[in-house]
Amino acid sequence: MLDNLTQRLSGVIKNLRGQARLTESNIQDALREVRLALLEADVALPVVKEFTAQVKQAALGQEVIGNLNPGQALIGVVHRELARLMGEANAGINLATVPPAVILMAGLQGAGKTTTSGKLARLMREQMKKKILLVSCDVYRPAAIEQLRTLAQQLEIDFFASDISQKPRDIALAAQDYARKHHHDVLIVDTAGRLAIDAAMMEEIQQLHAALKPIETLFVVDAMTGQDAVNTAKAFGAALPLTGIILTKLDGDARGGAALSVRHITGKPIKFVGVSEKLNGLEAFHPERMASRILGMGDVLSLIEEAQREVDHAEAEKLAQKVKKGEGFDLNDFKMQIVQMRKMGGVSALMDKLPAQLSQAAAGSKVDDKSISRIEGIINSMTPRERSHPELIKASRKRRIAAGAGVQVMHVNQLLNQFEQTQKMMKMFSKGGMAKMMRGMKGMLPGMGR
Amino acid sequence: MFGFLKKTATEQHTPEKTGWLSRLKSSLVRTGGQLSELFGRGGKIDEDLYEELETILITADVGMDATRFLLAELRHYVKVQHLTEAGQLKEALAHCLLKLLKPLAQPLETGTYQPFVIMLCGVNGAGKTTSIGKLTRYFQGQGKSVLLAAGDTFRAAAREQLMEWGARNNVTVIAQQGGDPAAVIYDAVQAAMARKIDVVLADTAGRLTTQAHLMEEIKKVKRVIAKALPDGQARLPLSNFPPQAGERTNESLRESGSSAPHEVLLVLDANTGQNALSQVKAFGDALGVTGLVLTKLDGTAKGGVIAAIAKAHPIPVRFIGVGEGLDDLRPFVAEDFVSALLGLDND
Repeated sequence: MLDNLTQRLSGVIKNLRGQARLTESNIQDALREVRLALLEADVALPVVKEFTAQVKQAALGQEVIGNLNPGQALIGVVHRELARLMGEANAGINLATVPPAVILMAGLQGAGKTTTSGKLARLMREQMKKKILLVSCDVYRPAAIEQLRTLAQQLEIDFFASDISQKPRDIALAAQDYARKHHHDVLIVDTAGRLAIDAAMMEEIQQLHAALKPIETLFVVDAMTGQDAVNTAKAFGAALPLTGIILTKLDGDARGGAALSVRHITGKPIKFVGVSEKLNGLEAFHPERMASRILGMGDVLSLIEEAQREVDHAEAEKLAQKVKKGEGFDLNDFKMQIVQMRKMGGVSALMDKLPAQLSQAAAGSKVDDKSISRIEGIINSMTPRERSHPELIKASRKRRIAAGAGVQVMHVNQLLNQFEQTQKMMKMFSKGGMAKMMRGMKGMLPGMGR
Repeated sequence: MFGFLKKTATEQHTPEKTGWLSRLKSSLVRTGGQLSELFGRGGKIDEDLYEELETILITADVGMDATRFLLAELRHYVKVQHLTEAGQLKEALAHCLLKLLKPLAQPLETGTYQPFVIMLCGVNGAGKTTSIGKLTRYFQGQGKSVLLAAGDTFRAAAREQLMEWGARNNVTVIAQQGGDPAAVIYDAVQAAMARKIDVVLADTAGRLTTQAHLMEEIKKVKRVIAKALPDGQARLPLSNFPPQAGERTNESLRESGSSAPHEVLLVLDANTGQNALSQVKAFGDALGVTGLVLTKLDGTAKGGVIAAIAKAHPIPVRFIGVGEGLDDLRPFVAEDFVSALLGLDND
C-alpha cells in the first residue's frame, strides 16, 4: 500500500540523514524530490504546490533550534503536514438521527460503490451491532442490483429488492419506508456510477439526496485515480453536500495520491479505506498512520488492531495456558498460528503494513503465502501423534510425510527446524498468542510510540 | 493523384465520423481548452510558456517522464523549424504527440483465425464486462459472429451482467454457476469451434496486480485457453481460401504461434493515474498483453495517460471509449486523438 511514495520519500529522507546540517539548498533538493514523488504518486498539481510550500515554510520556521538531527526535523514537518492535509482525526460514521439513518453512496463508474456498500454494511453490523438494509438504485448497469443482492445474501444482511423498470427515487423512498416499518437502524443506498460532467445523472443523484435527506453522503474514490481526482471531487462536492470519503482498492500498488487530493479539495474526512477483495476488507482511515506509512514508518498500529479482531481469542487463550503451564508448544499450535495469520490476510497483507525497510528485509527471507501453504500441507500430512510429538519424526516418517504433502524431504526438515526455533521463541513469552506478539513488536520499532 | 485518393478516403468516413470525432473532442475538452487558451494568448515562445505547458501535461496524467520527453522533443522541433510565436507551438506539439502516439494506433485484425479468441484482463472496475458488451456490438457490426465466455466467476453477479449483455446483443454466453474461470473459457472456446464462431470474447475477474495468487490464476487461464486451441488448430476463415499471395496458410499457422488467445486485451480506466503504467507492466509480464482498451475517456482532464504508456510500454491501443453508448467504443486513431486532445480544427 502506497509503496512507491513511501520508498521515494524514504530515499529523500535518507539523503538528508547523511547531511550534517539543514541548509536552504538541501531543503530545496529534498522539497523538489518530495514534489516529484507526490506528482508521480498522482497527487494533483495544485495540491502538491500548496503542500510543498507549507512544508518549506514550516521547515524554515524551526530551522536551527539546536536540533541534533536536522533530517528528523524535516521528517517531522513533512509527516505533520501530510497528516494535517489528510485530516486530523479519524471520523467514524455519523448515525445521530431518527432511524433509519440513510447513507448515500456516490462516485464514478467502477470506483467500487457496490462492493463498498456491502463491506460497510458488514462493518457496521460487526462493530456497531446495527440492523442494516441494503438497496440498489442502479437501474443502468446490467446486473448491478443482482450484484448487491448477492453480496447481501453472502453477508446475511437484509436487502430491499428493486427493479430496473423503477425510478431510482421511487426505489429509494420505498426502501426508506420499508426500513422504517421494519426497524432498521441504517439504510445504505447504492447508486449508479456517474460522471461529474453528466448533468442529467448529477441531477438524478441530487434529487435522490433531496428525497432521502441522508445523514451521510459518502464519495467513493478509486485510490488509483489520477490528476482528474481534483476535478471529479470538486464537481461531486459542488453537486452534493458530501460528508465523507471512502478510498477503495488501496491494496493495489497505486501510489494513492488521490487520497491527498480528494481530501484537500472536498475538505471532507476520509472515513474508510478498502484494503482487500474480501468483504471484511474495509478499515477505518487513520491520517496519522497513513502519513507514517507514506514516510516509511509502517503501519504497525493497524496490524495490531487487526490481529486483535481476527485472532480467535479462545484459541489464543488455550495456547497461552499451555505455554504458561510449561506444556510443549507442538505442531498443532504451529498450524493454528498459521491459520490465524491466514485470517489476517496472509503474509503479504502483513508485510504491507510493516515499515519499508523492515518489509524489504522480510521479503528477503522468502516467507510468502506459498511457502506458508506448503507448511500447512506438510503438517496436514502428519499423524495427530506426530504433530503433538514432533521428536518422533525420523527419516522414514519424513519420507512418508514428504510424499504425502508432495514435497521433498528437505522441506520437511526445513519445517521442523523452523518449528524448533518458534518453540524456543514461544518459551520466551510467558503468555499470549499472536496479539501479544504483535504488541511486543510495537516496542521494538522506533518512532511508532507517538 | 494522391490528392484524389485522399479526398475519397475522407469522404467515405465523413457522415458518422464527425459525430464520433465531436464526442471525442468534447470528452477531451478540458485539456484542449487549457492548451488553446495557452497558445491563443500570442506572444513569443519563452520559458514561462514551456513551464505552463509542463503543468498542463502533468495535470492531464501524462506523467513526469513522458512530459519531460515531450518537452525535449518539442524544444528540438522548435529549434529545427525556427519557430518563435506561441501560436505555432500548437502545431509543433501536435507533431511531437503524433510521433509518440502513432505507433500505438494498430487496429485489431480478427480475420486471421477462426475462432479468434480475445481474452480481457484488468484491475477491478476498469470496465471489462461493459467493454465486452460494446466490443460484441462492434464485431457484429463487422458481420462477425461472437460468443462470450463468463470467466469472472468471483465477483457477485458478474455472470448475470455478462448474460445481460449477451441477451441485448443476441449472442450466446457460456457460463457456469461458480466454477473455475479457466474451465468456463475452455468450454467457450470448444463451443466456438463447434459452432464456427468468428470471435470469442473471454471475460475475467478484475484483480489488482499486487495479488500474486490472482495473477497466477490468470496465467493459468491463459495456459488453459492455449490448450483448448493449440497451434495449428485455428482455421483460416473460408473466405480466405484460396490464400492470397503472402497470406498465411494453414501450413504456416501450424508452425507459428497460432494458439489461442490470439489477443490479450488489458482494459484500463482512463481515470487511472500513473498506476496505469504499473498495470501495463504487471499484466504484460504475466500474460504478454497484446493490446489496450482505454475506457471512460469521457470526463474532464484525461487522456494524457496514453502518452505516458506510449513512452514507457508501447503496446497498441486497440480501442478507446468516450461514452456510455453501445457505439462509443471505437478503434484508436492517433490523428483523431491528437487533434481532439489539442482542440485542433479537423481539416
